[in-house]
Amino acid sequence: MTDQFLRSRRLERAAAGSKASRHGEWVIHVVLAVSAVVMVAPFVWQLLTVFKSNREASQMPPTLLPEDPTTGAFATFFGSVPFWAQLTVSVSALVLRVIGQLAVAALAGYAFARLRFPGRKLLFGLFIVMLMVPSQLFLIGQFEIIRDLGMLDTIPALAIPGMFSAFGIFLMRQAFMSIPAGFEEAARLDGAGALRTFWYIMLPMVRPTMAALAVLTSLYSWNDLLWPLIVTPRGDRRPITVGLAGLQGQFGTDYPTLMAGAFVASLPLILIFLALQRQFFSGIASSGLKG
Amino acid sequence: MTTNIPNPPLRQRKRRRGGLLPSPGWGYLMIAPALIGLVALYVWPFLTTFGKSFMDVPAFGPGTFTGVDNYTELLGDGRFWQALRNSALYTAILLLGLPVAIVLAALIEQVGRGRAFYRILFFLPVVTLPVAISMVWRFIYNGDFGLLNYVLSMVGVPGQYWVADATFTIYAVGAVGIWMNLGINLIILGAGLQSIPQDLYEASSLDGAGRVRQFFRITLPLLSPSVFLVTVLTVISALQMFDLIFVMLRSVNNTALADSKTIVYLFYEKAFVEFDQGYGAAIAIVLLMVIMAATLVQFRLQRRWVFYD
Repeated sequence: MTDQFLRSRRLERAAAGSKASRHGEWVIHVVLAVSAVVMVAPFVWQLLTVFKSNREASQMPPTLLPEDPTTGAFATFFGSVPFWAQLTVSVSALVLRVIGQLAVAALAGYAFARLRFPGRKLLFGLFIVMLMVPSQLFLIGQFEIIRDLGMLDTIPALAIPGMFSAFGIFLMRQAFMSIPAGFEEAARLDGAGALRTFWYIMLPMVRPTMAALAVLTSLYSWNDLLWPLIVTPRGDRRPITVGLAGLQGQFGTDYPTLMAGAFVASLPLILIFLALQRQFFSGIASSGLKG
Repeated sequence: MTTNIPNPPLRQRKRRRGGLLPSPGWGYLMIAPALIGLVALYVWPFLTTFGKSFMDVPAFGPGTFTGVDNYTELLGDGRFWQALRNSALYTAILLLGLPVAIVLAALIEQVGRGRAFYRILFFLPVVTLPVAISMVWRFIYNGDFGLLNYVLSMVGVPGQYWVADATFTIYAVGAVGIWMNLGINLIILGAGLQSIPQDLYEASSLDGAGRVRQFFRITLPLLSPSVFLVTVLTVISALQMFDLIFVMLRSVNNTALADSKTIVYLFYEKAFVEFDQGYGAAIAIVLLMVIMAATLVQFRLQRRWVFYD
């Protein structure tokens, strides 16, 4: 009896709680909506500015909508910047870096996770130590190597150092370690060698992690400014980031043109993100590492 | 129900241990590409930087050993301390953004419909070129016709030259940093929130606990490992900030840049614009020590506030 009574009292209270929570739902949406407006406002302002003339964009008070919409900013941008050449450089460097990173990381990650060989722990420790050192500590030496090899202003120069990130190896090792040993043993008992086991059995099982790593590597490669700035001194083979940063010196306060450049240069990765959201989110969640 | 899996026959077990396991050779072969890259492009450059920090290196040709001269020069250099202060201030501002991220992450978890929509919106700055973001904000911050000054003028706040007056630059850049990193933090914190057992909330609401109480009594303590992770990552990346300053502040006539440089900006300028590599290397080594110290302190402090079950 008392038990039942207590239970009904509890249920009543729970019901009251859920009524309060329905009220709370409304507040939550308002807070989130306001924050979302703050998040997208700069993008909206950028888009509105692109279609204004330079004179209109630099008047106070500003106009909200373009008075006399024009695509002149795009024309100026494409007319004065070798955008397609820069895009080609950015894309080539990205593809090269992603393929290299995946190959290097998958092989080493598998070996560290599954194979037994003397010095394994020591070598893995070396990778982890390098993972914790900020990238600026390597720049001077990396620059010298690239310069001495005569590779300045080339696409491999942009891509190669990033292929060997210790982070990728760490991520792949974790992925391989989470696979039950039984799969591998079965393959080996069937007579498959190490390489066949790796390629046909293990690699397909870590595909989600490889996708996450690919997306993350793409993000770093696409966004990187400092390294490309250093290894493209001549300037005829620069990626989008460096080109865009240089645009400012050229156009000063011609903001419609600058906004047009910023928009065009950002668009490819935003579109890829919209198509591959899940890989982006899982990549960030698994890494937590920022570029 | 217990299943009865027979042990593999003895003969097979023996074979597994012997011939069927790949020889150590495979292991070395598979890590070879990674190892060569690591040694050539990371270990060696690291040693180069370390070595050069004790040398005077001209733009071309070999350097001469000068002991700790670079370091003593660094410690007596007002611009270095200014850069260190700027980086510390920027990092502190980004940490102030973390409570916002925690609350927003908790709120996003609460909504049923529209959760994916908010996630995408908050993530947009993460997938936008930092250079492009910096250009857009530079426009918004413009002292003469920027959007921010206009909005402020409507509520009676006088406008400022946000990126051209060194009083404000780091704060202005810090606000962009918070805005830019929010998406990443929301993803990491969101993953942490999803690992909190739902029945804890059900039990506590049966006991009449409201949402705010639940947030402080359940969410925050159980989320603390994720909060710790986000804190450590924020500090590490904020201390390395470079591109926002490079794009938002650099122009021919912006005198505010001189007082707004961060450590990595100073490093870039010394090592790759002035080609004073010895001095640049010393800055990089100090940066490493600062980051290591900051991380160590956080790991020490975590025992006081991070809750592991």
